[in-house]
Amino acid sequence: METQIVTAVKEWIKAAAIENFPENGGAAVLINGEQIAVFNFTNEGRWYATQNRCPHKGEMAISRGLTGDADGHPKVACPFHKRSFSLEDGKCLTDEQYQLKTYPVKVEDGFVFIGIE
Amino acid sequence: MKKRIVLIGNGMTGYKFCEKFAASPLVKDYELLVFGEEFHPAYDRVHLTSYYTGTIPEELLLAPAGWYAEHGIELRTHERITSVDREAKTISSAKELTYHYDILVLATGSSAFVPPIEGIEKEGVFVYRTFDDIDQIKKYIPRAQKAAVIGGGLLGLEAAKAVLDDGLPTSIVEFAPRLMPRQLDPQGAEILKSKLEEFNLEVLLNKSTEKIVGNGSIEGLKFTDGSQLDADLLVISAGIRPRDELAKQAGLEVHQRGGIVVNSKMETADPCIFAIGECVVVHNMVWGLVAPCYEMAEVLVKNIGGGSAEFLGFDLSSKLKLIGTDVASFGDALSSEIGMKTIVYENKARGVYKRLNLSADGKYLLGGILVGEAEEYNMLKQVVNNKMVLPENPEDFILGARGGEGGAGISVGDLPDSAIICSCENISKGQILNAIEKDGCEAVPLIKKCTKAGTGCGGCMPMLDDLLTHYMKSQGREVRKTICEHFDYTRQELYDLIKVNEIKSFPDLIKAHGKGSGCEICKPVTASLLASIWNEVIVKHDTIQDTNDRFLANIQQRGVYSVVPRIPGGEITPDKLIVIGQVAKKYDLYTKITGGQRIDLFGARVDQLPSIWEELIDAGFESGHAYGKSLRTVKSCVGSTWCRYGMDDSVSFAVEVENRYKGLRSPHKLKGGVSGCVRECAEAKSKDFGIIATDKGWNLFVCGNGGANPRHADLLASDLDKETCVKYLDRFLMFYIKTAGPLVRTAKWLSELEGGLGYLKDVIVKDSLGIGEKLEMEMEELISHYQCEWTTVVRNPEMRAKFRHFVNSDQIDENIKYVPMRGQKIPAKA
Ligand code: SRM
Ligand SMILES: Cc1cc2nc3c(=O)[nH]c(=O)nc-3n(C[C@H](O)[C@H](O)[C@H](O)COP(=O)(O)OP(=O)(O)OC[C@H]3O[C@@H](n4cnc5c(N)ncnc54)[C@H](O)[C@@H]3O)c2cc1C
Ligand code: SF4
Ligand code: FES
Repeated sequence: METQIVTAVKEWIKAAAIENFPENGGAAVLINGEQIAVFNFTNEGRWYATQNRCPHKGEMAISRGLTGDADGHPKVACPFHKRSFSLEDGKCLTDEQYQLKTYPVKVEDGFVFIGIE
Repeated sequence: MKKRIVLIGNGMTGYKFCEKFAASPLVKDYELLVFGEEFHPAYDRVHLTSYYTGTIPEELLLAPAGWYAEHGIELRTHERITSVDREAKTISSAKELTYHYDILVLATGSSAFVPPIEGIEKEGVFVYRTFDDIDQIKKYIPRAQKAAVIGGGLLGLEAAKAVLDDGLPTSIVEFAPRLMPRQLDPQGAEILKSKLEEFNLEVLLNKSTEKIVGNGSIEGLKFTDGSQLDADLLVISAGIRPRDELAKQAGLEVHQRGGIVVNSKMETADPCIFAIGECVVVHNMVWGLVAPCYEMAEVLVKNIGGGSAEFLGFDLSSKLKLIGTDVASFGDALSSEIGMKTIVYENKARGVYKRLNLSADGKYLLGGILVGEAEEYNMLKQVVNNKMVLPENPEDFILGARGGEGGAGISVGDLPDSAIICSCENISKGQILNAIEKDGCEAVPLIKKCTKAGTGCGGCMPMLDDLLTHYMKSQGREVRKTICEHFDYTRQELYDLIKVNEIKSFPDLIKAHGKGSGCEICKPVTASLLASIWNEVIVKHDTIQDTNDRFLANIQQRGVYSVVPRIPGGEITPDKLIVIGQVAKKYDLYTKITGGQRIDLFGARVDQLPSIWEELIDAGFESGHAYGKSLRTVKSCVGSTWCRYGMDDSVSFAVEVENRYKGLRSPHKLKGGVSGCVRECAEAKSKDFGIIATDKGWNLFVCGNGGANPRHADLLASDLDKETCVKYLDRFLMFYIKTAGPLVRTAKWLSELEGGLGYLKDVIVKDSLGIGEKLEMEMEELISHYQCEWTTVVRNPEMRAKFRHFVNSDQIDENIKYVPMRGQKIPAKA
């Protein structure tokens, strides 16, 4: 059974202008002192955001990982030891014990916003 | 209410029981409660040595800690069971808790056997069986100068090599007159001994230890023949002792030499108690390998469920791993059957010994021994286990009718469907073919996933590959090593598509020839192909590169990067050395001379990389491509300009060759070397290409490497003049770039090249395909596009802007922390 945790967005925080993010790739932003990885799937017009810290060895590196999909589901692979994570729910696809926190993203007036609970 | 099975022991066998239980109908009627004395849940003890060499415990766990709960199994680790009350059907633990059982399964394994030698309790004496043992040895190593290992068997040799590789001179002490007396004959053992001595492992035979000397902690060993050995660290590996203490306490029968006695159904005399694994004696012996233990677990799960399965004994063939040379014995290795015939091949110079034991009529293989080279092991084991009739020239098995599938005319196709291919998981050829045929598992990873074959020790992986290839061929098809789910093409096919259709970017490629968004496999492959074909600056495609290529630097602990300027041939002026020193000082970078004859500056933040490189470039340096799958270094020795033996000027040639191929992108990294004479101080023969001066010119060697599987390069052509040597190199490198699979280095590529070295020589030297000139032209074209990519980046503000940690802030990553070490800094642990 899939369970979906829907958290109410308390606040949308402006991260940066769209052109600051690489196409079909990721970049880190600093929001309220927290490191968040933002991913731009230019080819599909979709955006995702997760914590930047990889739960495997605690490296701040998720934003520098390669993005892509597995069976059509978006994912990112940590550049350190290639743990792969779903960008839909943050679950690690290669090692069930790891999990990334995900954040909602929206794009308005050329800016990327991250939703914080 | 469900009945309760209590399992004591969460080792390899215990885990296998859990796994089989979880997948059986037993889960409907029983709950399972498991006790493990060790801190970690069950792990792969067979690969304990990789824990010694740095693999983290999590990677060795047989199932993640959460697996048990998810499958309704309660696991209590770090809780030793101290007694069994058969009347009350309860057990008690060291935590003074008592639990009820309906069925009790003992899987308590064994402990290392420690002989009662005087002084054995001294500090510095260890065994080699658990994570905990390894932790203790590791902690003690810094205090030790010289190690000894008692026991020259399978495990003793493995432990000795590990301690030796940790930097301690090590001696092996064996009681018998030869090493591995249970697996090898005297000749094989002698070859193994000289092999080990080549790695500087001292081997002492016929030694019985009388006493361990030392004041509180060990200082040495005294033998019964009066001789002594200095050692301040001792590992005992003198065999195993089944852990039958609980069974004994419970009044169950134990064997006089240790071990819980069970019948072939794994039953003890108590109808509620069973025992499996290395703690039992069945068919009159202890089965000290993991495959038979797994089989027992499977048998027991079936029987508890009402079946009547039996453990009928098991093949005890074994292959020694991790000691730097191959050793295997299979079937009846030391056969003394009357009339038996043996075929022996021995090559002392190469350290190879092979023996086959044939039945008196010469029709069947009974067993054998392989030392130094054991590629044929899997196939030979099958020939024995399946009682296959031998071909006319069985000696071809060990003398090598090379190039074919199994040698000697027997191939995987000849094996019966019942042949067990993966003995860890007990998977037969029939089951594997079924997975390929019915479930469409047309790639080895899919077969693994579907059947579990190859998930144990991994020894059968080459056979899985052979089986798949054989099956596909029998269907008139080829195994296509396609890249990943996004592209139904091989690397070579993509190479042609990109070139012919002049594709210049990943989005264009995937739109035209692939599907989806790509992944961490096809993106870097494409990046490498685009670079190999067009040689444009790779920063243009930054988000499809592995992080090292994306930021033109190697990522390290804590997410900092290293800077490696090119120093062609290892030759550098004092002025340039000073610049490196000044830059390192200014940015507080850790510096180290690398194994590739240059200097690495470690610990740069991503935002510092452009300014560091700018200063180096202004002083005349270029990128060293230490991050790329591209040419790294061409190592040189000093050669004839200074050296009294030098036949030619190796430095000048190395500088020339390194400058020629710098920046060249390839399927894997490329390394070269040039030595001034056969003394080979540049280690050119351990490189992808090596050039060695002779009195008549240059010898060109190809396809060597160091690393995990070292291989010496083969001679491609001899006594060449410089121009011809470069011409052949152009052809060789271009041919490799065009035809190798992703991340396949030259050595592996050659081993997979049909026709092998002979074919390669034909193509490169004799130009048998008539493509020589084309290859040379393609290389000229590539080289002509070379640019130092760091120079391009530092001069281009847009590219420079990509080098920052946050896109919305100039703050630096606070996660980066350093600690001091010997006057420099290193990253603090995460
Ligand atoms: C720095 C250096 C160690 C040192 O301090 O000496 C080094 C460091 C690394 N080596 Fe190495 N290797 C270094 C010389 C070697 C050598 C010795 C040599 O070149 O003569 C070898 C064995 C020779 C060989 O390659 O055949 C070597 C065999 C490897 C391998 C195994 C390759 C193989 O085919 O088995 C890897 C893994 C890989 O490339 O996939 C590797 C990978 C690495 C990586 C890139 C691992 C990584 O991805 O982070 C390390 C990056 C360090 C960094 O941040 O710069 N390194 N590495 C050496 C850099 C040489 C240079 O100047 O460029
Ligand atoms: C270094 C090394 C290399 C090896 N290499 C190979 C190889 O290449 N090939 C091969 O086939 N085999 C190899 N083996 C042997 C293989 O590891 C064993 O055959 C296998 O581990 C046996 O599994 P087991 O579960 O029966 O015993 P174990 O793995 O020993 O597990 C038993 C577990 O039960 C626990 N236990 C015992 N008593 C109690 C109690 N009273 N209460 C709670 N818990 C208890 C123990 O702590 C232990 O964790 C190797 C072993 C070692 C040490
Ligand atoms: S290889 Fe030959 S020329 Fe080079 S340093 Fe050694 S002895 Fe001298
Ligand atoms: S730190 Fe991310 S996979 Fe290891």
